[in-house]
Amino acid sequence: MNLGYYPGCSLTGTAKEYDASLREVLSSFGIQFNEINDWSCCGATSAHATNYLLSIALPARNLLLAKHQGMEEIFAPCAACFNRLISSKHELEINKNIKLKVEDLYTDKFDSSPEVINVVQLFLQHIGLKEISTKKKIDLSNLKIACYYGCLLLRPRQILEFDDNEDPQMMEEIITAAGAKAVKWDFKTECCGASHTIANTEIVENLSRKIIENAAVNKADLIVVACPMCHSNLDMRQKNILKHNPGHKEIPVLYLTQLVGLAIGIDYSKLGLNLHFINPLPLLNSKLKKEVGT
Amino acid sequence: MKGKTFFLNYAYKIFGLFTIKNNNLSSEDKKSFDSVNSAVLRKNTETIDYKKLVTEISGQDPSICYQCGKCSAGCPVRAYTETPPNRIIRYFQLGLYEKALKSETIWLCTGCMTCSSRCPKNFELSKFMDALREIAVKNNYKPKNTNAIKFHQSFLNQVKKYGRTFEFGMIRDYKLLTGKLFQDIDAAPAMFIKGKISIMPHKISDKDIIQKIFKDSSEQKVKAENISE
Repeated sequence: MNLGYYPGCSLTGTAKEYDASLREVLSSFGIQFNEINDWSCCGATSAHATNYLLSIALPARNLLLAKHQGMEEIFAPCAACFNRLISSKHELEINKNIKLKVEDLYTDKFDSSPEVINVVQLFLQHIGLKEISTKKKIDLSNLKIACYYGCLLLRPRQILEFDDNEDPQMMEEIITAAGAKAVKWDFKTECCGASHTIANTEIVENLSRKIIENAAVNKADLIVVACPMCHSNLDMRQKNILKHNPGHKEIPVLYLTQLVGLAIGIDYSKLGLNLHFINPLPLLNSKLKKEVGT
Repeated sequence: MKGKTFFLNYAYKIFGLFTIKNNNLSSEDKKSFDSVNSAVLRKNTETIDYKKLVTEISGQDPSICYQCGKCSAGCPVRAYTETPPNRIIRYFQLGLYEKALKSETIWLCTGCMTCSSRCPKNFELSKFMDALREIAVKNNYKPKNTNAIKFHQSFLNQVKKYGRTFEFGMIRDYKLLTGKLFQDIDAAPAMFIKGKISIMPHKISDKDIIQKIFKDSSEQKVKAENISE
C-alpha cells in the first residue's frame, strides 16, 4: 500500500523533533511511506475560525495531491492537520455545494480521496502493539506517564470515529506496550488553549497550568502528547507558568513518537529530546537507570 | 392592553436574556419582543436575517437548542467571558444578532469542540461559532479586544503568500498589527538556537492556486448586502 505522509507546517519548524522522531521510529519498524509532494498548509484554526470555504479548500488541495500521487492512506501526525484534513474530506462528502465549488476551483474531480489517520492510528494499525512490545530494548517501567490527547485527535466524535471522547485509552495502550506505566488522570481531554497562545497568552497559561498541575497531582513524571500545538503550550509556556505560580513541579513533555523511540533504543539526539524547553534528560537518566544523554 | 404588552416585553427582556430560559414564547409575543429589541440594534440589521445565513454556513439551525447549558458547563473559556456560549445561541433565537456578532465570546472560543461532543441535541456549537466569526469579519463587527482577529489575519497572510505557515513572518505581522512588540521576546532566542523558527519561509511551487482560493473565499457570500431582502 502506498502510505502518504502529510507533515504540516509545525513539523518543519517548531515541532521538528516530532518529525525527526517519527521518521526514526517508522524506519526502525520498516514502515515505508512517501511525503506528499508540494503539500500546502491545511489552514489550521485560523482558516476554519474565519472562513468556511477556505477551511475546506486548503486541506482539499493536499487530499487531491495525495490521490494523484497514488496514495490510498495518509497520516498526519499533527492533530490539527489531521482534524482539518478529515473534516474537509467529510464536508466534501456531505455538502454538494461546497464540493462543486472546490472542484471548480481545482478543475478536478473530488472522489475516492485517501483515508486520513493520526499518529496513534498509525502506530496501532501499521505497527501494532505486539510489535512495539517485542522490539522494546530499554526498560521504561519506572516512568509514570500522563497521556494527553487534547481536543483535535478526538473531536468531533461524529466525524473522527477515533477513541472515546471523555476517557480515551489508545495512547495508554501504546505506552504500556512500550513498557511505561500510564497514570489515571482527569485532564487528558481538556483544552490547552491551542491557537490562543499568541493572542491570549494569559488564558493559555491558565488552561495549560491546570493540565500540568493535574498530571503532577496524579504523580506523573512525564506528559506524552501527539499534537505540536499542545506540546508548545505545555512545554514552551511551562517556564512562564512556573514563574507565575511558584511551587509547581516541572514536568517534561514528550511526543508519543519520542517515547516509543526511547523504548526501542533510538539515540536521544536522533529523537530530538534535547530540543525541548523543559529538559527531559535529567529525569530520564535517573529513572531509566541508564545514561540516556546529557 | 398596551401596558400589558409593555410589561411583557420588559419581563421577557429581563428573564429571556438573563436567566436563559423561557423558550416558550408564542410567535406573537416573540414578534413584539423582537420589535422592541430591534430598536437597539444597528439600523441595517433589522432587515438582515442572520439566522438564515448562519444556518446556511454552518448547516444547522440554532432554533433546535433548548438551552440546557451543557456547552457552557464544559467550555474551557467560560470563566474568561461575560457571555456564556449558550447565550450566544439564545441571542440568535431572539434575533439579537448584533449582540452575538460583537461578543468577546465568539473570539475567545478555542474551537476545542467539547460543546459539540457533549450536546444532547447534537448541535455543533463550534461550527456555529465558526460561522459567526466569518459573518462578523466580513460585515465588520468587532469585539473590544481584536487580538484574536489580528492573529488569524497574520497567520493567513503567510499561507496566502507562501502556501505554508511562516512563523517568523506571522509573529512579525502580529506584532506590527497589535503594537505588542515585546511579547514572548524571552522565548525567541531559544527558538532560534534550537532551530525551531526559520527566518526564511518554506514556499510551495504552485502558489497561484492558493491565491485563487483566498480570492474566492474572501468574496464568498455572507456579505450583509447580498442577503437583505
